Amino acid sequence: MSEEPKYAVEMRGVTKQFGEVVANDHIDIRIPSQSIHAIIGENGAGKSTSMNILYGFYTADSGETLIDGEPRSISSPRDAIALGLGMVHQHFMLVEPLTVTENIVLGAEPTSGVAIDYKRARARVREISEQYGLKINPDAKVGQLSVGQQQRVEILKTLYRGARILILDEPTAVLTPQEVDEMFAILRGLREQGKTIIIITHKLEEVLSLSDNITVMRDGHVVGNLPTREASAEGLARMMVGREVLLRVVKKDSEPGKPVLSVRGLTLEGGEGGTILDDISFEVRRGEVLGIAGVEGNGQTELIEILAGLATPSGGAILLDDEEITRLSPHQRKRRGVAHIPEDRHRRGLLLDFDLAGNSILGVHKDAPISGRVLLDRQVIDERARRLVKEYNVRPPDITLPARALSGGNQQKLIVAREFDINPKLILVSQPTRGVDIGATEFIHRKLIELRDAGAGVLLVSAELDEVLSLSDRVMVIYEGRVVGEVDPRSVGEGEIGLMMAGSRPVEKT
Amino acid sequence: MKNNLKELFFPVVAVVAAFLVGGILVWFIGDDPLLVYELFFTSAFGSIDGIGYTLFYATPLIFTGLAVSVAFKCGLLNIGAEGQLVVAAFATAWVGIVLAGWPALPVVLLAMVAAMLAGGFWAGVPGVLKARFGAHEVITTIMMNFIAFGIVSYLTQYHYRKPGDPILETVPIAEVKDGVLVGPHIPRMHDLLAPLGVDFPERLPLNLAFLIALAVCFLVYVFLWKTKWGYELRAVGMNASAAEYGGVSISRNIIAAMVISGMLAGMVGINEVLGYRYRYYDGFSAGYGFTGIAVALLGRSHPVGVLLAAILFGALARSALFIDIFTVKISKDWVVILQAIIILFVACEALFRSGASRVFRRTVKASRTPEEKESLAA
Repeated sequence: MSEEPKYAVEMRGVTKQFGEVVANDHIDIRIPSQSIHAIIGENGAGKSTSMNILYGFYTADSGETLIDGEPRSISSPRDAIALGLGMVHQHFMLVEPLTVTENIVLGAEPTSGVAIDYKRARARVREISEQYGLKINPDAKVGQLSVGQQQRVEILKTLYRGARILILDEPTAVLTPQEVDEMFAILRGLREQGKTIIIITHKLEEVLSLSDNITVMRDGHVVGNLPTREASAEGLARMMVGREVLLRVVKKDSEPGKPVLSVRGLTLEGGEGGTILDDISFEVRRGEVLGIAGVEGNGQTELIEILAGLATPSGGAILLDDEEITRLSPHQRKRRGVAHIPEDRHRRGLLLDFDLAGNSILGVHKDAPISGRVLLDRQVIDERARRLVKEYNVRPPDITLPARALSGGNQQKLIVAREFDINPKLILVSQPTRGVDIGATEFIHRKLIELRDAGAGVLLVSAELDEVLSLSDRVMVIYEGRVVGEVDPRSVGEGEIGLMMAGSRPVEKT
Repeated sequence: MKNNLKELFFPVVAVVAAFLVGGILVWFIGDDPLLVYELFFTSAFGSIDGIGYTLFYATPLIFTGLAVSVAFKCGLLNIGAEGQLVVAAFATAWVGIVLAGWPALPVVLLAMVAAMLAGGFWAGVPGVLKARFGAHEVITTIMMNFIAFGIVSYLTQYHYRKPGDPILETVPIAEVKDGVLVGPHIPRMHDLLAPLGVDFPERLPLNLAFLIALAVCFLVYVFLWKTKWGYELRAVGMNASAAEYGGVSISRNIIAAMVISGMLAGMVGINEVLGYRYRYYDGFSAGYGFTGIAVALLGRSHPVGVLLAAILFGALARSALFIDIFTVKISKDWVVILQAIIILFVACEALFRSGASRVFRRTVKASRTPEEKESLAA
């Protein structure tokens, strides 16, 4: 142990350029052995690029990488694995119908003759699982495991291949609070047993509670390296964004008015006889934000799509200001003042190769004054687009650029601008700040609260529990398509709501 | 404007590269590449006859190129333009046959409408099948081609052929009597330009259909980029999910795009029947529908690009015979090979794009002032 070099990983002056964009500009990162090291930064700050260079996905234009004090050239993930690196991606790379063992040995199968020696593999998987407290059954089918367990399989996979340095990309994005706690315990255990852990994240609370050291990146530069005990959330946010940031959403108490949206007994049958939404009823009042908390995949996506008119429910009714809109098209709903910020902006929200002007009219393109009977009014469109881009601070403010050219945060601001400009009375918001940087998040939150204060009803779905709790006036917890209960976001504890998100304490309340 | 130039850049690179490879092929076979190039240019563009024929050959390709482009803008691959134009050409002749004895002008107009309706219907069927049942349009349009060829041949052979005619063609709808063409037809360029005092040779088959094709290029441009319907159609092609989210009906636009595509392909019938042969001649199409796919690809599904690409392909068609005759070892098939090479290069665009755009970027970067660099970095 005492022979261990001081740094497990050392990157010196690493530079990587994509076209005109310098994704990593002479970055220096030193990661002490047997520590948990967080790399934080906004989207596009270059943190994933640096780790992809370390893992051999990209080759740096210049600079050097030292592993355990030795300069190494890592030109492929294969090299990285040979040097004891392992990476767990945000999106798992698992084959669902196969067992845990089969997944783990995939590509590194132990053989006896030509046959794969599953017995040996199983024993080894079980051994590693026990050694690091991962509690994974080697014979379980991966498709039947929870998301948290699947993540542990990914970690097992790297350990099976002999990883001593683990890189985890946004490891907590898909987990419930309880699963996050378990994951942290596992990561700490791995550190105790001599592993070095690098996590890429943007969740400041987690960074502060888990890591030993922090590297902060901004615009391709390393703007700070500091031990966690010297860091504060506000200080880190300031370093990430480059200016003072309000982490808390500032809002006054809501003044709820009449219900703008009433959902009655909404049901959606699933493909395989299952029920995706089971008799859901609730109301959203004018001037309030109703948040929906729940682990992703419990029916939130379908609920919002049904409310927006993009999916047809099996049963139930939707009322907008006492008018039934269950059968109306998305366009008819939009004309009645229903704005929708979709959860997946690339799939639903944007026409990526259309310019900003073209994207700014999606959904209102048939309506006067944007379109006449036949021809689109280019002048009106361009003026409106320029105004939206300015008001919502979309950058770069060039309406002839394709939407693809914008960063995630700016793309989202464009969608928000477009949707909020119809002067909505009901706003359906799904993952409003996913993949959006802190600055834009702050802006979008402020706009949402502004519209709430102006009398709009807001229905908010987010996988970020923090976001739901800080924005909402009421929070409804959903699990497997059912409403588990309602809580007051000001008083509820994370533990309590976490348990509800996992489906326990099934309090019926409508 | 800059974007348009950039759009033009890659097709031009593809064509130049194809000509280079074609030249190497000529040299390899043992003939003179420069002679072949010269023959190509002089025969296609070097005389009024050359230009006349080039544009005449280009006319059907403009229609089919636009047809494929419109479908493509909606995310659909219309492989069936060939069947659509065959059906349409037959319908054009059929109107002329059925309405024999009517005054020419209404018959001409009705025949044009028939061409578009027949083509539109033939493409609309795959459109409906796709929108309602998700049947893939590539499969259904190919199948519709075979049905079209069969039905039209049958009708020509057994119902509309001049008795005793050894050629598989319908009775004529217009005929030369005493040196004058009598019956429904559209004027040739000679007749159109004569009042303007321009002497365009009467022997050249270039006719009003070419001007119609130019007008249609403009209309398609306006439709796709200036109207709300064009916006919806392109939105569906770009990202159907996002279009749906924006209140656009995916199925309605798929059907509309196919019908419009078929109507455009069908307009080939106007050139062929009303402007050139004045009858339906079975097997008249030299694969116009399929070449239209190449034209649309090379023209990047933009009306201006389609026009230029169609003229290039028209020029190739025109020069084929001359290259065959005036070279020792090169046959007219060289032109077909060249067409194929062009398409291969266009299809390999991604390859060019990465390579060429790197060069492009390097040039731009080198020419940038320090201030510009700074403002970019900020």
